[in-house]
Amino acid sequence: MIDLIILVTLLALGYGFGSYAESRHYKSIIARENTLRHIPAVTSRFPPMNEGSRDAALVSGSVVVSVDYFKRFIATLRNLVGGRVTSYESLVDRARREAILRMKAEAEKLHADIVFNVKLETSSIHKGRGNSIGSVEVLAYGTALKTDQ
Amino acid sequence: MIVTNIEILPDKRIVQHLGLVQGSSVRAKHVGRDIMAGLKNIFGGELKGYTELLQESRAEAMERMIEQAEAVGANAVLNVRFSTSSVAAGAAELFAYGTAVVLE
Repeated sequence: MIDLIILVTLLALGYGFGSYAESRHYKSIIARENTLRHIPAVTSRFPPMNEGSRDAALVSGSVVVSVDYFKRFIATLRNLVGGRVTSYESLVDRARREAILRMKAEAEKLHADIVFNVKLETSSIHKGRGNSIGSVEVLAYGTALKTDQ
Repeated sequence: MIVTNIEILPDKRIVQHLGLVQGSSVRAKHVGRDIMAGLKNIFGGELKGYTELLQESRAEAMERMIEQAEAVGANAVLNVRFSTSSVAAGAAELFAYGTAVVLE
């Protein structure tokens, strides 16, 4: 009985705080994406070879995001029937966009105009109980360049 | 020291290739941060302690790579890649490698 109460409390806490944190995070991501739109991040490996491109520097951004208890519970249930695990999809989506934003913010600090050869790396660093993914780390890195245009 | 992850620089010419240089760092976090991370696993959200930890160790891996590049007489490291692997529970290895070159 007491176990059930603890489980329900954890689920409720996870659902409440988790969805609040997620919606707030998405709002902040969208706002910052709009302010950093003038620095495109492209995956092209080669920069334009004209005279104006200069001051190449490595920029990177990383974030570790954890999934909440409720979503992990839902994902465990989803494991039984199979299909899209939407609760984890939003987790990695948030982490990737946040990492790219942090990388762009670093590029902005260097007064760069564009970020080339952007690579994204995802790794699960912390295994939760029962070996389910507890949190993911996303690293975004690329080369910031100034272009005279 | 110029460090980039592109293979050629638009404004500089490569004079000499000096081969691969690398740096790595294995770190674990203290128990307090693990407990905080455990709490965050209930509420969800960013694990700031882990983010910082990984950034620090990545910076250290880069530093070691740059030291190695300086030792062979390079003035730039091109085509840098990062890789992460967890070697044990609660510890992560951060690895950075690239090509040391001499630019004119």
